[in-house]
Amino acid sequence: MKERLVLVGNGMAGVRTLEELLKLAPEEYDITVFGAEPYPNYNRIMLSPVLAGEKTIDEIILNDREWYESNGITLHTGDPVVEIDRINRRVVSASGMEVSYDRLLLATGSNPFIIPVPGSDLPGVIGFRDIADVDAMVEAAKTGKKAVVIGGGLLGLEAANGLMINGMDVTVVHLMDILMERQLDKPAAGMLRKSLEEKGMKFLMEAQTAEVLGEDHVTGLRFADDAQGRASVVGGRKPGTTEIEADLVVMAVGIRPAMDLAQKAGLYCERGVVVNDTMQTYDPRIYAVGECVQHRGQCYGLVAPLFEQAKVAANHLAKMGIARYEGSVTSTKLKVTGIDLFSAGEFNEEDGDETLVLQDPAQNMYKKLVVRDNRIKGAVMFGDTMDGTWYFQLLREGTDISAFRSTILFGQHDLGDAGHGDETRVAALSSDAEICGCNGVTKGDIIDAIQTKGLFTLDDVRAHTKASASCGSCTGLVEAILSSTVGEGYEAKPSKKPVCGCTEHSHDDVIRAIAEHELKDMPSVFSFLEWNTPDGCATCRPALNYYLLARWPEDYKDDAQSRFINERAHGNIQKDGTYSVVPRMFGGLCTPSDLRAIADVCDKYEVPEMKVTGGQRIDLFGVKKEDLPPLWKDLTDAGFVSGHAYGKAMRTVKTCAGKTWCRFGTQNSTGLGVKLEELTWGSWMPHKFKLAVSGCPRNCAEATIKDFGVVCVDSGYELHIGGNGGIKVRVTDLLCKVDTEEEVLEYCGAFTQMYREEAHYLERTAPWVERVGLGHIKERILEDEAERKALYERFKVGQKVAQVDPWKARAEGEAAHEFEPLKISA
Amino acid sequence: MSDWKKIAPLEDIPRLGSRVVEIEDGSIAVFRTGDDQVFAVRDACPHKNGPLSQGIVAGHTVTCPLHNWKIDLESGEALDPDEGCTNTYVAKVEEGMVYLQL
Repeated sequence: MKERLVLVGNGMAGVRTLEELLKLAPEEYDITVFGAEPYPNYNRIMLSPVLAGEKTIDEIILNDREWYESNGITLHTGDPVVEIDRINRRVVSASGMEVSYDRLLLATGSNPFIIPVPGSDLPGVIGFRDIADVDAMVEAAKTGKKAVVIGGGLLGLEAANGLMINGMDVTVVHLMDILMERQLDKPAAGMLRKSLEEKGMKFLMEAQTAEVLGEDHVTGLRFADDAQGRASVVGGRKPGTTEIEADLVVMAVGIRPAMDLAQKAGLYCERGVVVNDTMQTYDPRIYAVGECVQHRGQCYGLVAPLFEQAKVAANHLAKMGIARYEGSVTSTKLKVTGIDLFSAGEFNEEDGDETLVLQDPAQNMYKKLVVRDNRIKGAVMFGDTMDGTWYFQLLREGTDISAFRSTILFGQHDLGDAGHGDETRVAALSSDAEICGCNGVTKGDIIDAIQTKGLFTLDDVRAHTKASASCGSCTGLVEAILSSTVGEGYEAKPSKKPVCGCTEHSHDDVIRAIAEHELKDMPSVFSFLEWNTPDGCATCRPALNYYLLARWPEDYKDDAQSRFINERAHGNIQKDGTYSVVPRMFGGLCTPSDLRAIADVCDKYEVPEMKVTGGQRIDLFGVKKEDLPPLWKDLTDAGFVSGHAYGKAMRTVKTCAGKTWCRFGTQNSTGLGVKLEELTWGSWMPHKFKLAVSGCPRNCAEATIKDFGVVCVDSGYELHIGGNGGIKVRVTDLLCKVDTEEEVLEYCGAFTQMYREEAHYLERTAPWVERVGLGHIKERILEDEAERKALYERFKVGQKVAQVDPWKARAEGEAAHEFEPLKISA
Repeated sequence: MSDWKKIAPLEDIPRLGSRVVEIEDGSIAVFRTGDDQVFAVRDACPHKNGPLSQGIVAGHTVTCPLHNWKIDLESGEALDPDEGCTNTYVAKVEEGMVYLQL
């Protein structure tokens, strides 16, 4: 018989835990769910759009009753659990139902805090927490005129905005002198207040509610006097007025973990139900997640931490026992249409902090970053919040910003992404604006998918819409849309990202384990790192194949089935299933007989199109797969080797004419280019890798947007690294200047090897250099001569294995099965 | 009524790999999974007709090389959230020889 799991609380955190659990161990438990509300699990953070009339309740249901049924889950709605009998391991519901459990999951959420003043229990005083509250507000708006919202925080302002849209005259009463003081600093709060006042909202600041007035229904509020006997109201109202009329009062001053049930059952609680890093309470059979929980002294009221907790709890309920929750950093966005606001981390500076501010009152724009030791501690933005997700990522990952500190406030896009220009203000875009240029996905498509399918993460959005799933350049835009649609605390990238769904381990973990534990084949990696799939997936296998090859070039046997087809067939697959072929021409140099040989091959195999590539090579398009080996044989016979134009590999060395011909040339750039290409060809890399050599600072070979670029000068050679001319243009960083060609080769080999050993699979040099910092690279290559020479030696060892021409081998019959169709014999 | 057609010895198909069998109206991709089972589907992704035979095999799925759709080899159906289906053929292995029912 299966074990029984009972979930108390049918909300987002609890049901998310069930979803994660069903993914890991679908058959582990008989599951019963109790919920106090009469609805299946709905998206609580979408209550504001429901109140504002932008959504219906049906549209915010996350799991309909069919979902529970098809997963074999027994659901009791409108029937809260009133007792946990821990000795007999059973729960009792309000209707008297008794259900036994082997494991219990508490997800009772939170209750709105009702200020304990006289009259706070009058009809017409409500919180803003569930669908019933929204119904009450909409109902009140039909008859009443004046609404007062107590609390100028996130929830209060969203409630006030919704009531205003429903036609009420709304006043927000706030105890502090600035709005959203937990998320905003004074200037941003001031701009927010001004924007909301322009929409018609009224404010009473520094006003402390003393009493709710009324006899059988609320009629108004009275405020407390301060010690001098004056009404302690300063903002927005004439002195002396101490009362305000109200037909509806919404208390939105905070939430309190709902832990009565847990306390009654004798579970240890402080401000919430106390759990450890595995989301277990003091009773080992009882787990708890969500807003009812206190973890490491923190209670969370945002959705992202709840989902992280859900993942951990599910892992332990599934008896896998490896995940730990270590707390969350959260970010906030206000869901009031037309107002863009973002905040994250600690945004009020302390001693030792530095503050970077960019403010433009005319554009109603404000950005502040609080920085300590060149790392972002907090961010507040108003108006232009496009880069909020970027700053949040830098904050979570503790990135050293010194390299781009001077431009950080202008955003990630000051260098313009291909396909987006400078279009960065997501809020200002119309819904038919194309966000993902690769897959033709509009802003409206993305918002629609987020709302109808209940998506919370970037990966969800990618899977459902394909937006940012191809080249990835619109990731920032998609994240911004996600965060503004989902609102507070969508699930941001975890700082330690697993390689793929097959494992919990990050790229760095894998690289380290392969080296330290001498893992020399893929089964060893799968078993040592406890992969949860028998043979990985199309994401992790190519990465592992690369890491093993890079670390153990002489021991590891390359696994063709773990390579993307281009690297297995040694050609570039085209949309019609044919391949393109690029013969290598070292340094871009060629002879008449080279060109004749290529022309002959094209005639013989009826190649439909030829093109000169950006890397100074010739591309032959439309070759049938079965023609590849004989075509390669002809090219091999003419002296060509593979150009590796299809692989995560060293691609080309682009060169300019150089001093042999050019009247400005300072060095032999073509000759050096040939030497560099002879050194590096055939090398497998984390991603594609391009080089260039320019003969003078006019830089005709465009060396300063290459992974490794050489700019010749009269006195020697400037070495540049980490450039990129693709999705995101990045100009190289100057590594150093050297005097001789021998040094160029040594530094190039050392840099290449360092990238091969340290970068994550599919990470170009540009983001890698930004991630690890130029200083780290200089330390190992410039300042440590022994280290540089060792890197160069290791590169050459790898090259001994790598510089075997794959075309020649296949022309001679290697991997013939790859290219020949099978015949039906009987 | 369709017949069993002899295709090739199992060892001619690489484990976690595939071979293509050409028939009159197109191609069939014959896959050998990690557990040495054999599956056959029409060699065209339901998305944009990408050659599934050229994809990476993991578990009982193949990832299309063109746009990374994942196709279930048993049913021919695209995995969530993509939607679509490609034809499947019945395959068997007997005494180390692969047969297709065509």
